[in-house]
Amino acid sequence: MNALAARRRHPAAIALLLVLGLALVGAAYSLFAPKPAQAAATAVSADAINEGRQLFLSNCASCHGLSAEGTKSGPTLIGVGAASVDFQVGTGRMPLSAPNVQAPRGERVMYDEKQIAAMAAYVASLAPGPAIPDEKVSSGEGGDAALGGELFRVNCAMCHNVSGAGGALTRGKYAPPVQGVEGKYIVEAMLTGPQSMPVFDDKNINEEGKASIVNYLKTFESQPNVGGMNLGNLGPVSEGLFIWIFGLALMIGTAFWLGQKAA
Amino acid sequence: MSTAASARAADLRAGDAKAAPLGAPKTAAGKVAVWADERTGIAKGASVMLKKVFPDHWSFMLGEVAMYSMIICLLTGVFLTFWFVPSMGEVAYQGSYLPLKGITMSEAYSSTLAISFDVRGGLLIRQIHHWAALMFVVSLSVHMFRVFFTGAFRKPREINWVIGTILSMLALIEGFAGYSLPDDLLSGTGIRAAEGFMRSIPIVGSWVSYIVFGGAFPGEAIIPRLYSVHILLLPAILVGLFAAHLILVMVHKHTQYPGPGRTENNVVGFPLMPVYTAKAGGFFFLVFGLLTLISALVTINPIWAYGPYDPSPVTAGSQPDWYMGFADGALRLLPGALEFEIFGFTLSLNVFLGAILLIPVMYTITGAYPFIERWVTGDNREHHLLDRPRNAPTRTALGVAAITAYIILFLAAGNDIMAIRLQMSINDITEALRVLFFVAPVLAFWVTKRICLSLQRHDRDTVLHGRESGTLVRTAEGKYYEVHEDLDPYTRWKLVSFESPAPIAIGSGKDANGVSSKAAKKERRRAKLSRFYFKDRVEPVTPAELAAAHHHGEHEAIEAPSAAPQAVKRAKQD
Amino acid sequence: MSDKGLPATFENPGLPPHIHRAADDDPRAAKRAERQVAALFTLSIIGTLGFIVSYFAVPNDTTVFIPFIGKTILLNILLGVTLAVSLLGIGFGAVHWAKTLMSDEEVIEERHPIASSDEDRAKAVGILNAGAEQAQLKRRPILKATGATAMGLFALPLGVQLAGSMGNPTKALEESKETIWDVPEGGKPIRLVRDVERTPIKASDVAIGSVFHILPETIKDSKHVLADKAKAAVLLMRLHPSSFANDSLGEKAKSWGYEGIVAYSKICTHVGCPVGLYEQQTHHLLCPCHQSTFDVTRDCNVIFGPAKRALPQLKITVDDEGYLVAPQGFAEPVGPSYWERKK
Repeated sequence: MNALAARRRHPAAIALLLVLGLALVGAAYSLFAPKPAQAAATAVSADAINEGRQLFLSNCASCHGLSAEGTKSGPTLIGVGAASVDFQVGTGRMPLSAPNVQAPRGERVMYDEKQIAAMAAYVASLAPGPAIPDEKVSSGEGGDAALGGELFRVNCAMCHNVSGAGGALTRGKYAPPVQGVEGKYIVEAMLTGPQSMPVFDDKNINEEGKASIVNYLKTFESQPNVGGMNLGNLGPVSEGLFIWIFGLALMIGTAFWLGQKAA
Repeated sequence: MSTAASARAADLRAGDAKAAPLGAPKTAAGKVAVWADERTGIAKGASVMLKKVFPDHWSFMLGEVAMYSMIICLLTGVFLTFWFVPSMGEVAYQGSYLPLKGITMSEAYSSTLAISFDVRGGLLIRQIHHWAALMFVVSLSVHMFRVFFTGAFRKPREINWVIGTILSMLALIEGFAGYSLPDDLLSGTGIRAAEGFMRSIPIVGSWVSYIVFGGAFPGEAIIPRLYSVHILLLPAILVGLFAAHLILVMVHKHTQYPGPGRTENNVVGFPLMPVYTAKAGGFFFLVFGLLTLISALVTINPIWAYGPYDPSPVTAGSQPDWYMGFADGALRLLPGALEFEIFGFTLSLNVFLGAILLIPVMYTITGAYPFIERWVTGDNREHHLLDRPRNAPTRTALGVAAITAYIILFLAAGNDIMAIRLQMSINDITEALRVLFFVAPVLAFWVTKRICLSLQRHDRDTVLHGRESGTLVRTAEGKYYEVHEDLDPYTRWKLVSFESPAPIAIGSGKDANGVSSKAAKKERRRAKLSRFYFKDRVEPVTPAELAAAHHHGEHEAIEAPSAAPQAVKRAKQD
Repeated sequence: MSDKGLPATFENPGLPPHIHRAADDDPRAAKRAERQVAALFTLSIIGTLGFIVSYFAVPNDTTVFIPFIGKTILLNILLGVTLAVSLLGIGFGAVHWAKTLMSDEEVIEERHPIASSDEDRAKAVGILNAGAEQAQLKRRPILKATGATAMGLFALPLGVQLAGSMGNPTKALEESKETIWDVPEGGKPIRLVRDVERTPIKASDVAIGSVFHILPETIKDSKHVLADKAKAAVLLMRLHPSSFANDSLGEKAKSWGYEGIVAYSKICTHVGCPVGLYEQQTHHLLCPCHQSTFDVTRDCNVIFGPAKRALPQLKITVDDEGYLVAPQGFAEPVGPSYWERKK
């Protein structure tokens, strides 16, 4: 303890503190960094509908109604299609853990692929709705990254940010980050318009456009962090905070060392 | 020839003879020096300059950080001009950044991409340029805070304060012009908003916009125009004003903190040669090195992520660089109700106040402060010893209040980022900041002033009763007390060498004949302000008070404060 | 106790005695400091060499994984770090040298009042007066008057040239009101096309809850694409007809639309950012720049934020083939407010 106190004023202590601070901020950013979505391949069988109905009745009906007609606590699911179920349950948004301004992406997914597929099949059987997108769209293969970039900037960036970091909406609602999200869920979100998000069905942005958007996001993510740490891709705000906190601390620390009398 | 004259001539010859031992230069450097001196007479000035003394304190280096950041910006900026193409002409991108391949964009954006991806080391230079620019404004702001809170702006340095204020304002505009040049989606949105700002100017707004953009927004003129403003016009003014700033520092000699041996008539520190040459010269390399290190490790303004400017798309989290944040924040807080129709004309105060008026008004108040304070105090002396911020409580509190208001506006510019990071409603944040803009500075003023006064009282206690030694003594009766050590005169001097002016007495506002005159009213206003500044004050300990405290004994004095001299004097109202 | 004989204030005790550093007294410490400084300078040399080697040896596109940064470009990191080492070596070396080996005894320089002495002032005033006298300023007022006027005016031609040639502001007012949605008299209605693909849209393509980013078909003939886009960008939404407010504003919005499809200018009435954030459940439109919020169900009137005016609506209908068209331009200028907006 004494030894520590004695070295407290050692010039190297400032440097050490700064290094610790930098490490901390790095750790904090890695916490913020988006986590990859769980893989969930779909395999729907014909008699899954029954199993899906059972799952629906025991887990969803309390809010969405016994025949999915909707109640005060949840909207109707008639006509939302399999894509909607796959998106909401597959990303852990449903079942809702607590009432909130909007359903956040779940920490963990409550059901396995087969169960989700069954529920999707059941809901799809109620009325026609958007189906789970084709692999060739959701994989983004065959899409054009540059076109996807243009479509993304015009149709998506205003809410989700150009680098997909997400953004704020009114009254506590928000557009979630799309970095690291599986292509299938991105396409499903476009098809179904979950929560505040408008619908971008195939008549709005066609399949080629959707594949291009997914392709663009994948290409963008696979780019190295060209300039170094990306500070969460939050733009000038995080850059300003960084220079005020770390830049200034480095400068003042150095100036302080410079003015200290040598031992 | 008179005897006096011949004596002078003899002196001269003697002087010559004395200089002679230097002899003809033998080294190459010596030869160059003699060659130069014979043509410039530089040795005379150099011997004065090299002996100049600079006091040592970390806070005096903040201005140097700003100076060096500016030099680094100039240096790296020259590099960038070699590759940057300031044109809005359209090209299809064919560089190595895949996600933009084939996209139509301006040459400005395309050449910035080339600097970032295809010029070897270009990205490093670009990042150093941008980080140094941010550091420039950060350090000059903090330097300004230092000058303000220590009262270094007082006579004879008011002109330098004004120059610094102008430098600070120009730095903002220089920065805005600079980050607009790449013509990416984010900066283009900034220019789009700037066009909206210009339009809000009453009467001439749309004309100003048309002149600046050379036609309808965006036109093809704005990037080349901003370019010449950014690389020629503003840097020339900045460097010129900065040179004047530096010359005045030389003329005035640097201020110093109060301390033993430091007086209003001297400056204590280290000479330029060799200590300050090594320290300040070395510090340039340190600032440059640290900025380079940051630029190597941390991305700034990833323009490739934003895409080329296009008026139709926009990105969530559209913010300017931090130093323009307060103006952007003001725009977010000003309610739409401030737009009026008068006689069929539209007056958009909701935009005009925040975007056009705020910056000049803020800087005018800042620049005028030394003159206001001097008028209130009536103090016409030269000041070379700095105030410790606590010893000027009202000034310190005013400064903190102003900074608080600034910070509220700055936070408002990040209300959307706060909303997602803190999971709050952007509407609530905005409403709260609207209220806080008025409430927080008042609170900050009050709290700061109280803190200053209690620090001053603490200083008094330390002087009167000495420093706590950490040694507990048990008396014969079983009581405990802590031994207080007397301060040595050097430490004590720092705590007692300040002035605590009393407020000017308030007159009746009438002259001797009972007639109220303009001059008397002005005096009355001044006295009121003086009361605002100095009504709560703590006086430095006098030798008599210290002697009295000693007489009462170290610990009794603490236990019986009523016996101690009145520590805080409230101004008597006449 | 009497305070007789005590001064009113404390005396400045003068500089405290100088405390020696280790390197002042101990030659070994001095030698150590010397070695440290030399090592720092050597480090700088190594950094410089490292930079040059990296510049020529490392390819542009080699990536490397670095903790906290992730995958990044090796060249940028190498160049930056070596340059930083090169600079910091010099900086730390020089300062360490100054701190440990150069004298750390403070010196005192005297200050003198900034103001000139009375004699100096008198001398300067004398020279000025004599100069004015020699120039015969007082005796020849006509020179004074014309000279001052000439000096006052000489910058005017430069100013006129500059301001006059920057742009032609006479068109500012009319052009501010025009967009490429405007249909000349007797002209054909303009089709709405998708912003990126520029394909026309059938009313039946627009699902409830969806949003389209729209440009006029005329954009393909535009000579100034960005300038035209900057005023013509439109957002198209389809609401359930029952979602509109039950008042005159809601009715107007509906009647200018087509079966619940409505089109509004995307350019914010605050300072001109594109207002694109449509919340399909609340029917609120949010501007990402300054958070002005518009209520689509009430003709895009402002419900929050710094904008004052509603977004201008574009009247739409369908043509014979079922494609959405705008039969006329905006009824008011789009974008930020300006002085003569109503004229």
